[in-house]
Amino acid sequence: MSKIPAELKYAKSHEWARKQADGTVVIGITDHAQSALGDLVFVEVPKAGRKVSAGEACAVVESVKAASDVYAPIGGEVVEANPALAGAPETLNQDPYGKGWMFKLKPGNAAELDKMLDAAGYEKVVAESH
Amino acid sequence: MLKKTALHSRHQALGAKLVDFGGWEMPIHYGSQLEEHHAVRAGCGMFDVAHMSAVDLHGSRAREFLRTLVANDVAKLKTPGKALYTCMLNVNGGVIDDLIVYFQREDWFRLVVNAGTTDKDLAWIRPAAARFGVEVRHRTDLGILAVQGPQVREKVKARLPAEIRDGALALKAFQSVSFDPWFVATTGYTGEDGFEFMLPHADLARLWDALAADGVRPCGLGARDTLRLEAGMNLYGQDMDESVTPLECGLTWTVAFEPADRAFTGRDALEAIKAAPPRKQLGIVLEKGGVLRSHMKVRFANGAEGETTSGSFAPSMKNSVALARVQRHANGGGCQVEIRGQWLSCRVVQPPFVRNGKVLV
Repeated sequence: MSKIPAELKYAKSHEWARKQADGTVVIGITDHAQSALGDLVFVEVPKAGRKVSAGEACAVVESVKAASDVYAPIGGEVVEANPALAGAPETLNQDPYGKGWMFKLKPGNAAELDKMLDAAGYEKVVAESH
Repeated sequence: MLKKTALHSRHQALGAKLVDFGGWEMPIHYGSQLEEHHAVRAGCGMFDVAHMSAVDLHGSRAREFLRTLVANDVAKLKTPGKALYTCMLNVNGGVIDDLIVYFQREDWFRLVVNAGTTDKDLAWIRPAAARFGVEVRHRTDLGILAVQGPQVREKVKARLPAEIRDGALALKAFQSVSFDPWFVATTGYTGEDGFEFMLPHADLARLWDALAADGVRPCGLGARDTLRLEAGMNLYGQDMDESVTPLECGLTWTVAFEPADRAFTGRDALEAIKAAPPRKQLGIVLEKGGVLRSHMKVRFANGAEGETTSGSFAPSMKNSVALARVQRHANGGGCQVEIRGQWLSCRVVQPPFVRNGKVLV
């Protein structure tokens, strides 16, 4: 059973979002996503300063078997990307909600975050994908 | 409805991720494809490959028949037990399948063919064999277990029947020994020392259990794919098919043009291009910037082009490698590969990339 922390927001495309006290939003991929992808061997994160819109492909995770796009679940400006992932992509498998975070956004429209799924909603998405 | 091997319930019990592979439900990994890969390079792993088919040819003219059927020459098989890797070609020289021929007795040769091609192979072989009075038996009663890695001999020693133990442990690469119902061959698809066991399904399941108890790690087809790619071995349907001749996919060494009077199917087509095959196979290494996959475009400084046929992360090398089929005039040194719209520089090398645990390129 994959972990779905109650305090996070989720996208159907298997990203999670965590709002920070300073207003920025941290984005990563879910435990379900990392498990389905298998051992990750390459991660490409967006550069700081890049403007993305909701649903835009802006990062790539590659497992031994396949490459997958990661989508920005909300629009905004990338303020930081996780520098540790390039040298240790397996971090994403080991700790998807913690050390495996991918990038931080300054949201363009904070209301977009409210439109994302809550944990119960995402749990249904995962259940339907089986 | 997917077919299942006799070991299927064991894969499920181990929590394997199962996928459709050539109509069979097979384990892709049991948790970590990377760890399984490393287990085979450093220790010992085992693969259920019972989806592949053993096909026995019986008849006094079996050798004569095989000398017409396949591109390598079974006349090289002089000692019973010896094995030969070869392609079976159509009249255009295209590869119908790649297979291993095991010499059992003068009137008995065993073939092992790919899972996805078994039906078409049998449809091709049967009428041709009939003309030589050779009987074709698809041994669906047998399963195949590949046990691979540098520790394989110490791991299998206690499980071999006493009658063939010394004989099996003394085998060099591409040999085999039989003791009914055991068939033990030093063949494999990993670039490591290894044994392949062919046994009736119930016996094979017992062997699996015994080896698992001895610490041999179950490995899925995912690790098998990265191991074979590092070893520079072709995958049928990906690195070659009926539109590709062995001269264009790195398998020229498996075609026996001598003796010149041996008439094997596809020979005329190969003779016509052998001085200058239009395409050739190369190995490619990407040091950083992503992972090579199949069907990526490849280009060279002198204008030559081509495409990757197999590509993956290479766990033993910590970077990415690919096999590519490129135009004949492609020059060595470097090339560029297109990944997500960007052209990345790669090294061009001669496969294999890894053998016997050592990185060679």
